[in-house]
Amino acid sequence: MLAPVTYNLALTTILRKRVLPVDGEVIPKLNQRVAATDVIAEASYSHSHHLIDVARILGIKPNVAEKLVSLHVGEEVSAGTVVATGFGLFSKPIKVEHSGRVVATGGGQVLLDISQKDFQLKAGISGEIIEIIPKRGVVIQEVGGLIQGVWGNGKIARGRLHVLAQKPNEILAASQLDISLRSLVLLAGSCQDTDSLKAAADITARGLILSSIHPMLLDFARKMPYPIIVTDIIGQQAMNASAYKILSTNNQRENVSLNAGAYNRYTGARPEIVIPLPHADIPPVPRDVDLFAPGQAVRLCRAPHAGAKGTLVNLPSGLKTLPNGLRVMAAEVKLDNGERITVPLVNLEVLG
Amino acid sequence: MASVIESDSVLALDIGSATTRAMLFDVVEGRYRFVAIGQASSSAHAPFNDVAHGVEGAIQKLQEITGRIFLDSDRRLIASVQADGTGIESVSATISAGATLKVVVAGLLADVSLESAENLAESTYAQIVEKISLNDPRKAEEQIDSILKANPDLIIIAGGTDNGASQSLQKIIEIIGLTTYLMPSEKRPVIIFAGNKEMRNEVRELLEPLSSGLYTTSNIRPSVEREDLAHARKELARAVVSIRKKQIPGVDEIDMWSGGHMLPSAFAEGRIIKLLSKLYGAGKAVLSVNLGASATTLNAGFSARLFSKNYPQFGMGASLTELLKYTTAEDIARWLTIDISPQRISNYIYTKALYPNSIPATKDDLQIEQALGREALRIALHEAQEKLPTDVPVLNKDLLPLFEIILAGGSIISNAPTLGQSLLILLDALQPVGISTLILDQNNLLPALGAAAELNSILPVQALETGAFLNLATVIAPICSARYGTNILKASLRRADGSVTVVELKQGGLEVLPLKIGEVADLNLQPFHRANIGHGAGRKVSMKVGGSAIGIVLDGRGRPLVLTSDDIRRRELNKKWLWTLGG
Repeated sequence: MLAPVTYNLALTTILRKRVLPVDGEVIPKLNQRVAATDVIAEASYSHSHHLIDVARILGIKPNVAEKLVSLHVGEEVSAGTVVATGFGLFSKPIKVEHSGRVVATGGGQVLLDISQKDFQLKAGISGEIIEIIPKRGVVIQEVGGLIQGVWGNGKIARGRLHVLAQKPNEILAASQLDISLRSLVLLAGSCQDTDSLKAAADITARGLILSSIHPMLLDFARKMPYPIIVTDIIGQQAMNASAYKILSTNNQRENVSLNAGAYNRYTGARPEIVIPLPHADIPPVPRDVDLFAPGQAVRLCRAPHAGAKGTLVNLPSGLKTLPNGLRVMAAEVKLDNGERITVPLVNLEVLG
Repeated sequence: MASVIESDSVLALDIGSATTRAMLFDVVEGRYRFVAIGQASSSAHAPFNDVAHGVEGAIQKLQEITGRIFLDSDRRLIASVQADGTGIESVSATISAGATLKVVVAGLLADVSLESAENLAESTYAQIVEKISLNDPRKAEEQIDSILKANPDLIIIAGGTDNGASQSLQKIIEIIGLTTYLMPSEKRPVIIFAGNKEMRNEVRELLEPLSSGLYTTSNIRPSVEREDLAHARKELARAVVSIRKKQIPGVDEIDMWSGGHMLPSAFAEGRIIKLLSKLYGAGKAVLSVNLGASATTLNAGFSARLFSKNYPQFGMGASLTELLKYTTAEDIARWLTIDISPQRISNYIYTKALYPNSIPATKDDLQIEQALGREALRIALHEAQEKLPTDVPVLNKDLLPLFEIILAGGSIISNAPTLGQSLLILLDALQPVGISTLILDQNNLLPALGAAAELNSILPVQALETGAFLNLATVIAPICSARYGTNILKASLRRADGSVTVVELKQGGLEVLPLKIGEVADLNLQPFHRANIGHGAGRKVSMKVGGSAIGIVLDGRGRPLVLTSDDIRRRELNKKWLWTLGG
């Protein structure tokens, strides 16, 4: 059976394709190094337009109005530019109210693109540009630690990693966040109150890495100016041991990037923490797809062992009956604490 | 590939968002029968991003079960039956996998053509992200920017009675045209035009080059009073499959296997319900409910008239957190037999949404999952009831219409560990009234049968008659305003061997008269206190009744079912009701 894979890797090669939603301009050059917060591509992708209906303003037929329009598609215009002038001695010229670019004309109407800035795409991770995708984006390669999360608030940042949570099961308190932690990426345990999120904003934290977050805080967390990545669950739970170990052993590491993009199960985009590390050789790129097989390190995603890590020891054939009566395809897993249990296959993810 | 009519066996593929199923139908003793099913996890999502992995897995399971071979050593379909018996002649395919489609609806008047466009959109896996109509007070450029921001997969345009005025519709079409013109060509949506037929050529000329596919169909609101979605639903089904082909690798190939007849699962299920309601004839309404991972789907057939609703917001998978916009964890907890905190229920919902393919592994979690299923189905029905046609048979307009047949599917219902659990989920959520036969679609065959009906109308009818579904119970649910504990119905069951069982149903009670599958008996129902079982207040009913897995269930718990606010008593009652139905 195909297995979903979550990556918690101490040292690996990370390849990420970053592309614009539409054609645009790619900024960096091949082999250039970029930071996670660098803009790597820009596009004109406007959602802000102004329509000037000359025919309606002058009260004339569209085909007549069309002949009066003096602007052309592609023309850049500034506020005050005359679009058309009506007939008669006292007819006032119709002027453009907003600066912009003419994107369509016809039927006595003129449509202007009045967006102030272009769509900008950030790198999301630090690394070297190993491929340019013309007009669309780049492929970035980095070597270092990789931890994938389950929830992110959509922001991107980088900074020095500071381990605030001394154990995987700590709960973050606002009182822990003082000014000495400003501009740091904080490994901060579980967050169960808004005060902690506010306090992190007040000290201008570069980002929060959380094991879990209370579901009622999600909307508030989305509004925070810094990235927040949740590694394990929406609710309250300790951080999985492998993620905590990788993060805590990289305390004070510089240029740790947090790309807190939303988890999208169709595209595979996940919130990610990347820790750039010095290396002699390029380690292998992890596999994208795997089949369940004995010997794999696995994590359990549901009760009664949610978050627990273990080793898949057997894949019995046929269906197994769970204590609640459901009959399912299952695996035998030896947990890290030595306990041997039977788990539905769909409740397992392989740790890459 | 040959038509089903010429061949015997049919391989039906159903690609769900969580599970992919491969089902084999074959002719046994001169009639089509459902033979076996193979299931695998779906692979439409990352990291697989190709439905083929899930389809192969499901077919391989089917091969293991049946001993027949459909795939060659390179895992390609053997597209005709070979001399050694390997291969398959006919394949049907349905799909519900894929992200919810973002749809913009446009019409002239909000409560006329725009409403019909919304009804059409809600019959598939769609979320309406923007509405444009003449009632819209926004400026044209604001409408354009809103559509651009919404980034729709599909735009449905309705409006104008046939041969009626076209100028107002022209304005709407121009806005849509201008908007799609501003989109990069690869981002342009599919467009369905279902308005004034006089405008079709003009629409084609303007919008065909500006869309990624234009479908024109008959007017869904040919007059102000009349809505007709039948033809538009077919075009919508084609449009949805065309969008999925672009979005999800592998769909194109599976569609080719099916001879280009792939259908959205919800549409295929609607087709079979329409067919059944036609077969059962006037006065016998048919309802199907499917509590799927991607959506809750409802299809109601009234004398070959189909009413179809699809609610992605009530899907039991990745969108489960949406349910909390319509209900509370406290209300979900009302369905439990044990004390579980609202916080734990809320955490459960978020975990399930993060891991939509996962299943409950503990008794408590199973209870929460089933409670969520009840609540999602109950709310979906409530939403749908507001839009049901006004002329359908009802005892009370606030209750479920009278449905003679109710078919239910979706893993929470059909994979429940006991049939009593399956039945109680349905009774609590649907709250049927009058006399209904509840049938369990244990293998989620309805979409497959609907797709097969495209090519062979005999197959679904024969498969239904030959035990493809499980007859769960005959439910008699009287409407009565008598006091709690009062006798409201006496049921007398005379079996073929002459034995008679008599049960008196009290207001608030739940009783079972066992009658095994294959048995037929005479059932006499004598209501008291003007109780109505669908034939008029206090009217007696005598009927032949067939056996079922649980038997005849008398549900006197009241309609609507009002659960006591006393937590301990309510949990005890939930427990007692489940025990009555066999645990």
